[in-house]
Amino acid sequence: MLHKPFAMAALLAASCGAQAAADTDLAAIRSQIDEMKKSYEQRIAALEQKLAAAEAKPSAQPAARTAPVALAAAPSVAPRTEVAAEPVANLRQPAPASGFNPEVSLILQGQYKNMKNIAERGITGFVPAGGHDHGDGAIEGINKRGFSVDHTELVLAANIDPYWRGQAILAMLDGSVEVEEAWFQSLAIGHGVGLKGGRFRSGIGYLNEQHPHMWDFADAPLMYQAMFGTHGSYAQDGVQLKWLAPTPIFLEFGAEFGRGANFPGNDRNKNGSGAGALFAHIGDDLGVSNSWRAGISYLKTAAKGREAHVEDVNGLEAATAFDGDSTTWLADFVWKWAPNGNPAYQNFKFQSEYFSRSEKGHLNCSDDEGAGNACDPLAAGDSVTSRYKTRQSGWYAQGVYQFTPNWRAGLRYEQLDSGTRDFGSNGANLVVDSYKPKKASAMVDYSWSEFSRLRLQYAQDKSMAGITDHQWTLQYIMSLGAHGAHKF
Amino acid sequence: MRKLFLATLLGLATLPAMADLQVFATVPEWGALVQEIGGDKVKVYTATNALQDPHRIDARPSLLARARQAQLVVAVGADLEIGWLPLVLRDSGNAAIQPGRPGYFEAATLVRRLDVPATLDRAHGDVHAAGNPHVHLDPRNVLRVGEALAARMAELDVANAAAYQAGLKAFAGKWQMAMARWEKEAAPLRGVPVLVHHASFVYLINWLGMKEVGTLEPKPGIEPTSGQLTALLARQQSAPARMVLRAAYNPDGPSRWIADKAGIPAVMLPYTVGGTAEAKDLFGLFDDSLQRLLKGMR
Repeated sequence: MLHKPFAMAALLAASCGAQAAADTDLAAIRSQIDEMKKSYEQRIAALEQKLAAAEAKPSAQPAARTAPVALAAAPSVAPRTEVAAEPVANLRQPAPASGFNPEVSLILQGQYKNMKNIAERGITGFVPAGGHDHGDGAIEGINKRGFSVDHTELVLAANIDPYWRGQAILAMLDGSVEVEEAWFQSLAIGHGVGLKGGRFRSGIGYLNEQHPHMWDFADAPLMYQAMFGTHGSYAQDGVQLKWLAPTPIFLEFGAEFGRGANFPGNDRNKNGSGAGALFAHIGDDLGVSNSWRAGISYLKTAAKGREAHVEDVNGLEAATAFDGDSTTWLADFVWKWAPNGNPAYQNFKFQSEYFSRSEKGHLNCSDDEGAGNACDPLAAGDSVTSRYKTRQSGWYAQGVYQFTPNWRAGLRYEQLDSGTRDFGSNGANLVVDSYKPKKASAMVDYSWSEFSRLRLQYAQDKSMAGITDHQWTLQYIMSLGAHGAHKF
Repeated sequence: MRKLFLATLLGLATLPAMADLQVFATVPEWGALVQEIGGDKVKVYTATNALQDPHRIDARPSLLARARQAQLVVAVGADLEIGWLPLVLRDSGNAAIQPGRPGYFEAATLVRRLDVPATLDRAHGDVHAAGNPHVHLDPRNVLRVGEALAARMAELDVANAAAYQAGLKAFAGKWQMAMARWEKEAAPLRGVPVLVHHASFVYLINWLGMKEVGTLEPKPGIEPTSGQLTALLARQQSAPARMVLRAAYNPDGPSRWIADKAGIPAVMLPYTVGGTAEAKDLFGLFDDSLQRLLKGMR
């Protein structure tokens, strides 16, 4: 039954092509086509009736309702001429099995960076989130000058069945593949409930869920680097439960439990939950041109033997290990403006986040390199354990203006506060900096399309005491393949 | 206490079901059609307006809140809303409106789509694998979608099934008469060559037998470049277009530039319901579009 209309459509298509080719003989061909049209019209009408009758039984073929298959009437771009006007029901060609392959997208990202050569780059007054702040295992990428390629991100996503959807994001870098995210998400629970399980970026804050290719600047804000390291986000293995309230304004609550293996916690060998997070979001439109979202989040995790390499009072290296609890509060606000709510040509986005973190427990200071540092002056293998109590905070604010479809420009200002740091008796052994790291960045980027972007960024970085680093970054972000929707 | 909480939750969750049929329409044209069929039995929320580029919408928090409460999502499909709708549906926590469920309705899959690409390659711009999604500008498609939509509404809201069928019948009667009138009025437009900003009017042009001789966008989704505009202008010599069309949401600069240089009228069409003051509903949309096209011919 299917091959008949297909053949007719092909014939029509062929004749239309001929018409386009010979513009001069239009009239002759037109009459020819008119004849064909007449003869086929009746048969098409009959077929249409049959098809309509078949489709009128809705429950008989539930699959037909959803078939999202591309249906070409002919193996070329369907002709757009006067004769093609008769609406013919699309031919439902069976999709090949490969149609079930997940949506694949690949993000290419890299940069050229010009900045000072600083051996032990970090943020003064904050524990280096990477564990060590130099050498192997140092906060990777942070000190890379010149040309470099960032993680290449491979994203695979698909509906698993009517009940679940899955997504994996693999970050590839020389010699290593990191599973950035790998989760499943519920589709069929209803009542506003969403369940996610696996490894996922936590829903805390605003920027936390966004991958680097969605960032408006070439690097994560200092506060995210101080909170979670240069990944600029907190991810964990666990479960997330969200509930969207049935209210006219957007009101969402979420809770997460997980392994808590990432900084500020660390991987502990234990049963039960290693970290918990709670968050609430509220948002709405203001008129047709403005929309906003605000949120508050809480992250509680713990560490056992969380290592860091720091300087002792004499400038020698000391190894510290922290045992205790870490509590982080976050507040975030995003506001977007677009004339008539049409962001395609012009739009403005303002976002700001604030965090406050307190850590409480014990700090053990030792001399793992036998340098005879203040914690172990005789290099005899001693160590000093003291109480440890800190309260630190920071914020950033940024605005990005898209003034033509291709060009955007943005400014970001950020400041951290090393706050109170009580090291107990180790306070006499270690450098306890008190500093307010600051950074100001300006960027301009050009997008050829939604899928390619080139960005130039300048930053005046005062995140290390006594150093003003002028950083220039030229960055590209390219996305290939199926590219899913972005969050607000 | 806990029981009370659960009872309140359940009460909240079932609240919308007791009122009218809650419909979330992604675009104004299908929102208007739902209103025509459903009348006072439906409550329609339209996610976008005629001044917004339907390809480029943010997944705003308000959309999530509305999708959460919808019983029926009426979308265009054919990848038009791919940049925001899948996310809104998934994060809404509303099982009833997920693709594959009766609460999810796609208009474009019901009609024969034009411009289905033979090869999928972004070198051709932001192409839609399923063909051109702007199907509503052929009134025959509106009727076809209306039939399926009324059936779906009746399926979801059995109590008002008769009202939806009656609504469809009344609409279809008026629509067929209007269509006959439009086709008669539009006779002078047959064979008229036009330029368009974006391929938003493929179905309108097809229905009226006009001829699209070029797009101001060099590739779909890529804004007009000076190179493309000059090339189109040069082509005016050999294959002159009679007017240049743009949708209400397109900026007027490029079409006005080419109109000035080529000495042809630049015609802004409402594109969808609400695009102009006259396009108050679906009838107004076509009335006004035709008036504007005919005015462009003078």
